[in-house]
Amino acid sequence: MIDSARAIETPEGVVLELRLAGPIVRALAWAIDTAIRVAFYIGMGMFLPLLGGFGVAAWLILMFLVEWFYPVFFEVLAKGQTVGKMALGIRVLCDDGTPVGWYPSTIRNFLRVVDFLPMLYGAGLLSMLMQKDFKRLGDLAAGTLVVYAERRMPRRTKATTVPEEETVETPSLPPVPLTLEEQQALVAFSFRSRELTSERAEELADLLEPIVGHRGHGAVVHIRRLASIYAGER
Amino acid sequence: MKQEAFESAHEEEWASFEAVLGQLGHGHRYSAAVPTEDFPARYRRICHHLALARERHYTAALIRRLNEMSLRGHHALYGVRPGLQRKWLRFLLAGFPRLVRSNWRPVVLALALFYVPFCGLTFSIQRNPEIAYLIEDPQSLARMEDMYRSGNEKFGRKDESDTDLTMFGFYIWNNVRITFQVFASGLLLGLGSIFFLLFNGLDSGAVAGHLTRMGLGHNFWPFVVTHSALEVTGLILAGATGLKLGFALLAPGRKSRLQSMKDAARNGVSMVYGAGFMVFAAAFFEAFWSSSALVPVAAKFAVGGTLWASVLAYFLFAGRRRV
Repeated sequence: MIDSARAIETPEGVVLELRLAGPIVRALAWAIDTAIRVAFYIGMGMFLPLLGGFGVAAWLILMFLVEWFYPVFFEVLAKGQTVGKMALGIRVLCDDGTPVGWYPSTIRNFLRVVDFLPMLYGAGLLSMLMQKDFKRLGDLAAGTLVVYAERRMPRRTKATTVPEEETVETPSLPPVPLTLEEQQALVAFSFRSRELTSERAEELADLLEPIVGHRGHGAVVHIRRLASIYAGER
Repeated sequence: MKQEAFESAHEEEWASFEAVLGQLGHGHRYSAAVPTEDFPARYRRICHHLALARERHYTAALIRRLNEMSLRGHHALYGVRPGLQRKWLRFLLAGFPRLVRSNWRPVVLALALFYVPFCGLTFSIQRNPEIAYLIEDPQSLARMEDMYRSGNEKFGRKDESDTDLTMFGFYIWNNVRITFQVFASGLLLGLGSIFFLLFNGLDSGAVAGHLTRMGLGHNFWPFVVTHSALEVTGLILAGATGLKLGFALLAPGRKSRLQSMKDAARNGVSMVYGAGFMVFAAAFFEAFWSSSALVPVAAKFAVGGTLWASVLAYFLFAGRRRV
């Protein structure tokens, strides 16, 4: 199965799930970071040399620092995110899911030199496509992962909040008892049905006509009611 | 237990845990605030709830929320804490020379890769001057001669109007970058580091031999003697780290190739930092001291000799005892 989720087990014996970031989103983050860096070089390059020898020296030293340490500083001090990574909602973590520290971050960023070969991260892309965790060579050597940052979930009291007018009558249970997985599928559908267009929701609900005995909007409402029972809300 | 009962039983605890997480890692930064004593126990309870929620097949949304809480708790508990200052000092006093000694094999190989071509060329050019032209083209050798001509106010500069400060910036930007590259290219099975070390050895050997042969040695050697103690040694150490990385891939021994590479990188990265720091320090000497024609030659040799002796003594003896 193609799956970009990766599970890590913590010392507490619980498994945490991380979603790996692929080459495209990482390339976009890199493009943003590169644009910021180039803009910085140009901006400083227009202004600093006016100050004479000192200005040129400062410009060269700043270029050096930004070129090598921009990603390292951001990744260590800003929760594994450079500006580009923040914009795309991805972050760097160690293989065991802990935040990235100075050494791993330095390794993965200094080794960009090799990943960049022969041009524009050719080696890095090849490496990412060749094994399951989307790691470029620097990630392999440093033992780091790039994952989607966890999103803040909106607060929610009920799994399957059903609009008031739909809760009036108690629905009849299906003619055959559903297994746990089937019940979960209904709850998941009920949860997702608010993100779907009503046409799509009805189309999906129609598949269950033999069980719920309705079609169209009626079927969607019926499934939501069932789901709210299975989720333990009544 | 029905999901709703589970949620309402623990909602208060979760909300307060999320508030604690908010205080520990505010926005985009890890704060220096240390988790309180009861934090580990509370974190373990959240992990327990996550395991229960998964086992009881509660909704995906609840599992995701608990997963996120556990992940953030995990980060807060196991994350890095700021506090590098003492480590740095200890590393410079003892850790760095120890690390170099414990990696003596790649270090010796890197030394040979640089100094064998360097010394070979320097000496052989005294007998056969045309060898220099096999390595360098005539224009760049002529430019080198110009840079070290007697009567120059500053040696070793293409354009004498550049100020010391500008050159200082240039040396950092250029030389430290090369140092890091020499290390990183070692990932190509060590070939990159071998290439850079040989190339630099040949290049400097050809220039040094040619200038000595042309009778400009009395300007060239005092120029390089001081900063080379730090600069060349730093370059060689970075190359040695690259070689180590390459060896780790070629001959992983009992470890897996991946694990072997990880260990070599982990062990080597502080050596690269040390090497980069040396090249950085060399830039001070090169820009403000080496280039000046006003400083007497004897003083340059005295300072340079002292620096070479200190570097040698540092790597041979520093950190032998407990610090």
